[in-house]
Amino acid sequence: MNASALELRQVHKSFGRTPIINGVDLAIARGERHAVIGPNGAGKSTLFNLVSGRFAPTSGQILLGGEEITGLDAHEINRRGLSRSFQITNIFPRLSVYENVRCALLWPHGYRYSFWQRVGALQDIRARAEEIVGRIGLAARRDRPAGVLSYAEQRALEIGITIAGGADVILLDEPTAGMSRSETRDTVELIRSVTQGKTLVMVEHDMGVVFGLADRISVLVYGRVLASGAPDEIRGNKAVQEAYLGTEAA
Amino acid sequence: MRQLTFRRFLVWGATAVVMIALPLIFRQGFALSMLSQMGIAIIFALSYNMLLGQTGLLSFGHAVYYGLGAYICAHTLNAVGAGRLHIPVTLLPLVGGFSGLLFGATLGYVTTRRAGTPFAMISLGIAEMVAASALMLPGFFGGEGGVATNRQVGPAWHGLSYGPQIQVYYLIVGWCFLSMIAMFALTQTPLGRMANAVRDNPERAKFVGYNPTRVRYLMLCLASFFAGIAGGLGTINYEIVTAENVGVAASGNVLVMAFVGGVGHFFGPIIGAVLVSFLQSALSSYTQAWLLYFGLFFVVMVLFAPGGIASLITVHGPSVRTGLFKRLVPGYVLSGLALLILLAGLISLVEMIYQFGEQTEPGKELKLLWFALDPSRWTSWLVAAIVFVVGAALFLASLRPVRAAWQSVNAELQARSAA
Repeated sequence: MNASALELRQVHKSFGRTPIINGVDLAIARGERHAVIGPNGAGKSTLFNLVSGRFAPTSGQILLGGEEITGLDAHEINRRGLSRSFQITNIFPRLSVYENVRCALLWPHGYRYSFWQRVGALQDIRARAEEIVGRIGLAARRDRPAGVLSYAEQRALEIGITIAGGADVILLDEPTAGMSRSETRDTVELIRSVTQGKTLVMVEHDMGVVFGLADRISVLVYGRVLASGAPDEIRGNKAVQEAYLGTEAA
Repeated sequence: MRQLTFRRFLVWGATAVVMIALPLIFRQGFALSMLSQMGIAIIFALSYNMLLGQTGLLSFGHAVYYGLGAYICAHTLNAVGAGRLHIPVTLLPLVGGFSGLLFGATLGYVTTRRAGTPFAMISLGIAEMVAASALMLPGFFGGEGGVATNRQVGPAWHGLSYGPQIQVYYLIVGWCFLSMIAMFALTQTPLGRMANAVRDNPERAKFVGYNPTRVRYLMLCLASFFAGIAGGLGTINYEIVTAENVGVAASGNVLVMAFVGGVGHFFGPIIGAVLVSFLQSALSSYTQAWLLYFGLFFVVMVLFAPGGIASLITVHGPSVRTGLFKRLVPGYVLSGLALLILLAGLISLVEMIYQFGEQTEPGKELKLLWFALDPSRWTSWLVAAIVFVVGAALFLASLRPVRAAWQSVNAELQARSAA
């Protein structure tokens, strides 16, 4: 199978008459760590929403592992092995940390809508949930309701929920937004370890994180891919510097 | 984990013992019929909470599934009586359950397309629609008189004829206990847990592979099943089903039960069902104004204890366990006394207003302790008003020490848990 992990072909999205995404072509190889950068309003989050099924594209095609997923519902895309996190923390606030992670495990392990099995007795789920809670550093918070965690802890839980199901393609939307320097460093390490062997696509504003983590970078401006390539190419690209990096660096 | 299982076993065992022993303590016929009513209400309120508390669906039409289950049971029972069917009365609630499930599966398919306010509105519409068809289809619903039936069908089996109320009570207890266990077990399954997840954040549930619409639909089907069981027991207990049973008022009633008891805890609706059933049958025999008191009680609960009685109990768990609860007691006692004075004044006023409006019951004397209240004399109004105002002032004044004690206890609890 040589198909890309994720491929976008001429994807367009308009809200009413306002075009947000203007014909994006993008191919992300298996195992690649890919960062999408661009100024505010460039359409990065919308792009994620299209790929993950939150919105349907106006036109164009989206392929996951060579199979078309254009216009499928979010839960159907998730079942095919694509999982995402959110820019604004999106967890189950009244459930415990452990249960938040467990929820993300049930479907991929085939328990679906079962109302004849006791969830506490599912050993495979329990072991995996404990492991993930440990990996995201929340073992001490295991039984707290997720809604009372600190911001950084909720962000870690957000990543935990996203990777728990074992999806092959992981989309992270600004995973370090609003974090202190040391929290950012911890989060980058966490992302690096939990996405080992997986395809990662992330939107990120922190250039330190982007250039430290990504194998390839795409620059999105006005709903179009301005440039796509290895970090060094992007850094040296004139058009990118003018459109984006120059203003950031100044 | 083992300890938890053992504790649960203890709680369920104690519940069973209490339910079996109650008629031995309360021997009057009045008490027995009230206990039967409570058992039915418990199943119904718990099934309602599968929607409101567990899945986050506010339904104004849950009585539809109770009522339709009850109607089908009444027709089934009549067919059994006529010799056209052979179903033991003991198993009749299952007929109600599967009827509820069937209607839940069809009507619910429409209602659960949406969540939130649209779901609430559609459920109200369905309730109105079914209530309206109750009068349009007299063949099935029996028109205004409803469908009457007789639970004593066929020969008695080992003396079990369901003639005496005590036998019906134990039938209700049996089904109530089974339903409680089944509904609790359901909260511990993948579907039950995902219902909570969908309640908290339906969008996130989608991104972990679940279709929130499907989760809501399945929960509504299962809730309708248990509502139908309650309806079947209602048919056996009252031997009549009327259009009121499917109506919006009945749906509102079960909402009040679940809410007053507390939708955030599994056992909340049980407390609510017992309390509301008690108030309805006890209070209504004392005063004509009982609906007003009931409404006031509901408003006060919604305003000051939105988590219901269950959450009032559970917030005191840590202080009871650590022995700090002692410090709260004096304040609670004082507040309680002040509240009694306030209520005495309030009830005097309300009862006088009722007597003033309705001259139907002359000769009935009202007394506030030793003082005879006569609505035609202004001194009575003055005394009642003074008692009310004094009670209110004392109550408000008593809140300050209660709050102070509460804060000091919580501060200490936090300090201890941090240490």
